[in-house]
Amino acid sequence: MTTTPRWRELTRHHLFWPVAVLVLLLLVNVPFTPDFFSVKMTDGHLYGSLVSIVLFGSPLILVAVGMTLVIATGGIDLSVGAVVAITGALSCSYLSDQADQAAVSGVLLAMGLGLLAAVVCGLWNGFLVARMGIQPIIATLIIMVAGRGVAQLITDGQIITVNSEPYKLIGGGYWLTLPFSIFVVAAVVAVTVALTRRTALGLLVESVGGNAEASRLVGIRSRRIKIMVYVFCALCAGIAGLMISSNTSAADGNNAGLWIELDAILAVVIGGTSLLGGRFSIGGTVVGALVIQTLTTTIYTIGVPTQTNLVFKAAVVIIVCLMQSPKFRAKVFGAGGFGGKRGAKQAEAPADTAATPETVRTMEVS
Amino acid sequence: MAEPLPVLEMTGIVKEFPGVRALSGVDFRLFPGEIHALLGENGAGKSTLIKVLTGVYSLDGGTVTLNGASVRFTSPSGAQQAGISTVYQEVNLCPNLSVAENIFIGREPTRFGRIQWKRLRREAAELVDRLGLDIDVTAPLSSYPLAVQQLVAIVRAVGTGDSDGSGSGTKVLILDEPTSSLDRDEVLELFALMRRLKGEGVAILFVSHFLDQIYEVCDRMTVLRNGTLVGEHMVRDLDQVGLVQLMIGKALDQLEELHDHQLHADVGESLLTADGVGRTGGIAPFDLEIKKGEVVGLAGLLGSGRTELARLLFGADQPDSGKVTIGGKQVSMSAPNDAIAAGVAYCSENRRTEGLVPDLTVRENIILALQAARGWVRPVPAAQRDELVAQYIKALDIRPANPEARVGQLSGGNQQKVLLARWLITRPKLLILDEPTRGIDIGAKAEIQKLVVSLSEEGMSVLYIAAELEEVLRLSHTIGVLRDRRLVARLANGPEITPTRILETIASGEHQ
Ligand SMILES: Nc1ncnc2c1ncn2[C@@H]1O[C@H](COP(=O)(O)OP(=O)(O)OP(=O)(O)O)[C@@H](O)[C@H]1O
Ligand SMILES: [Mg+2]
Repeated sequence: MTTTPRWRELTRHHLFWPVAVLVLLLLVNVPFTPDFFSVKMTDGHLYGSLVSIVLFGSPLILVAVGMTLVIATGGIDLSVGAVVAITGALSCSYLSDQADQAAVSGVLLAMGLGLLAAVVCGLWNGFLVARMGIQPIIATLIIMVAGRGVAQLITDGQIITVNSEPYKLIGGGYWLTLPFSIFVVAAVVAVTVALTRRTALGLLVESVGGNAEASRLVGIRSRRIKIMVYVFCALCAGIAGLMISSNTSAADGNNAGLWIELDAILAVVIGGTSLLGGRFSIGGTVVGALVIQTLTTTIYTIGVPTQTNLVFKAAVVIIVCLMQSPKFRAKVFGAGGFGGKRGAKQAEAPADTAATPETVRTMEVS
Repeated sequence: MAEPLPVLEMTGIVKEFPGVRALSGVDFRLFPGEIHALLGENGAGKSTLIKVLTGVYSLDGGTVTLNGASVRFTSPSGAQQAGISTVYQEVNLCPNLSVAENIFIGREPTRFGRIQWKRLRREAAELVDRLGLDIDVTAPLSSYPLAVQQLVAIVRAVGTGDSDGSGSGTKVLILDEPTSSLDRDEVLELFALMRRLKGEGVAILFVSHFLDQIYEVCDRMTVLRNGTLVGEHMVRDLDQVGLVQLMIGKALDQLEELHDHQLHADVGESLLTADGVGRTGGIAPFDLEIKKGEVVGLAGLLGSGRTELARLLFGADQPDSGKVTIGGKQVSMSAPNDAIAAGVAYCSENRRTEGLVPDLTVRENIILALQAARGWVRPVPAAQRDELVAQYIKALDIRPANPEARVGQLSGGNQQKVLLARWLITRPKLLILDEPTRGIDIGAKAEIQKLVVSLSEEGMSVLYIAAELEEVLRLSHTIGVLRDRRLVARLANGPEITPTRILETIASGEHQ
């Protein structure tokens, strides 16, 4: 294989594989939908497959961005789907009780209420993980399960519908020809990047996830940092919850955000953030979420029968993950194929025959 | 006398990492029944040569022959099956499994597909016995100190040679810095074992920065510098001075300088006092005073409580009795933060598990302590950060001098320097150094000791822990002697204090 140094350099970039997969998936659609890439202007709004992918993918991007930080600390948050439901339920039920649903102040109050509930959920998760030392997967399972019940309680087991122009904006409205939610997502991503990279938060998060004991001994207040990321993650889920309920003008405690935690975790992993914690990439996560959303769209456009679409999705996800594994690429395409040097995790620990990387804690004795 | 054929021969070995040429055309041969030292400065490429041999890394050029046949291993288990047993510099074991399980991991004795636990434990015990060690194989590995864990890794390697665990199938044994955390006694045990295996015709590759050990046990040596071969010699043909010259490319006289330096006398007022500080299961309550600009060395055997003492003074473990006063103020020691705020810094002996974040870059690792102290809202300004990092990379000669390099990819000795740099930039009042020269090459070792001297001259207090008594004696104003997790004596350094005297104090356990 001819590999120029520049190509090698490119393939080593951490966003190369996620982007390559995304482009590939987009191209797959073209034979089935010839005008897949075209974007039309109707009534001053842009329409097209690409626009809808971003529009429908918005909640997932938000949830995945929050999830990224949690995963970077070595944790995981399974409760985001339930938080989506609770937020939507609370906002909609408050709003539906208002005499004038179109009043901006009422709408803002409803949203504030929903987000407040999300923050409380995040505090609870953070408290359990950071203060009580409960395994994140267990700690967040509590709200994952109980949270849907709470959402049901709020909505009395009904699907609450609202009829409010201003509320409709965040998840279904348009601004400057584009879906408004795109701006919300852009803002959240920008704030997250600024929050983590302009301050030292990103470094400290990566340190806590990369080596918890070393971080303690260096004086990082990991508890505080963990609580912060769980709250942040819940807040992102909350915004996603507003978006979803606004898009449908309804709160469905049962189905809103169902299984979104799994898609979000996948998006994070596809984006190149290790589930073991440590280094994270917000950009990678955004691309990863777009990959998942494109995949969902593709399943519809190429007409995979509904019974098998989950299997199809699983198969693609497996392939994507394999493609991202430097070891797999080396095996299949030969050593040095695509210039993919060994990834960080492999390179440093001598592969042990029996133990998987997760079970082996590397001890330097020297 | 005609030389026998080498059991292992490597020619023209090339290994490149992104931006680093770790090995360029290295030749290496290993004869049956010899102990062969692989020498070189930190980052010279010793560990890399071992890893390309055993298939941890792929080879970018060159050939390997084992017993005359050309081989290329793609995984460590392949090399193991071919009779090459390796203890890597960063030992991979599972702390929460038992010693026996660790010894047999990956090749547990089975019957009808099920692990025979009894047999596993019995054979592990036999193996440990055979090697003359006193370890309870049913205890979890984590219950033993680092040094014992290192011994277990060696036992595991020796045992992997054959399916019956007797070690009879091992043709080549590779030990990458196995003695770095061992005491003299364990080193002697290890050497006895190495000599026995050598007698059985096993070829042993031995990496160490302790030149005395090389001269004690090795027959032949290969010296690397910057990834190239600079020479292969019989140990008896080359003296230490010549060897050092070969390793670093110039004569080394700074060691001599250190030998007869005078401890500075202007030790100031008291900085830290510990009154009855202790922790059950860690160390018995002790009193200790550290003055401004004073170097206090801790001497004691393995497991005597040196590290435990240091950890209490940093709040890494919480004392359950006594009180610590720093600069006149009592410090609660409920977390490292309290000690750090009071100006204490601690370089752990376990740089991998308790020190560095391997995924982060050199720059990020160096800045971490300073940043943690400032909190997340106030990042260290980029210009100041880069300047500090560059300054310390230069001062400690961290190689490669690339702040963007991931710390996990640095050689062991260079990782140690990064850890040191991290705390030095915080300008602490008291610097606790637990085995700071472990795994560090002879030139850098002298540099670090000189650094300790000059820091203390500038008024920084240092608590210094090292396995080598000479090192402790050379640097310390006061020496704390520990035995059985008890501080048994505090001696003011002076001409009458010799390593022998210290050892006597340890042996007699005489009380302060
Ligand atoms: N996985 C890796 N990725 C990139 N560079 C690496 C990697 N492993 C080693 N290197 C580089 O290769 C060079 C040789 O490293 P090596 O670990 O072989 O040194 P060493 O001789 O064992 O040193 P020490 O005595 O400190 O253990 C160093 O410059 C190191 O930074
Ligand atoms: Mg090494």
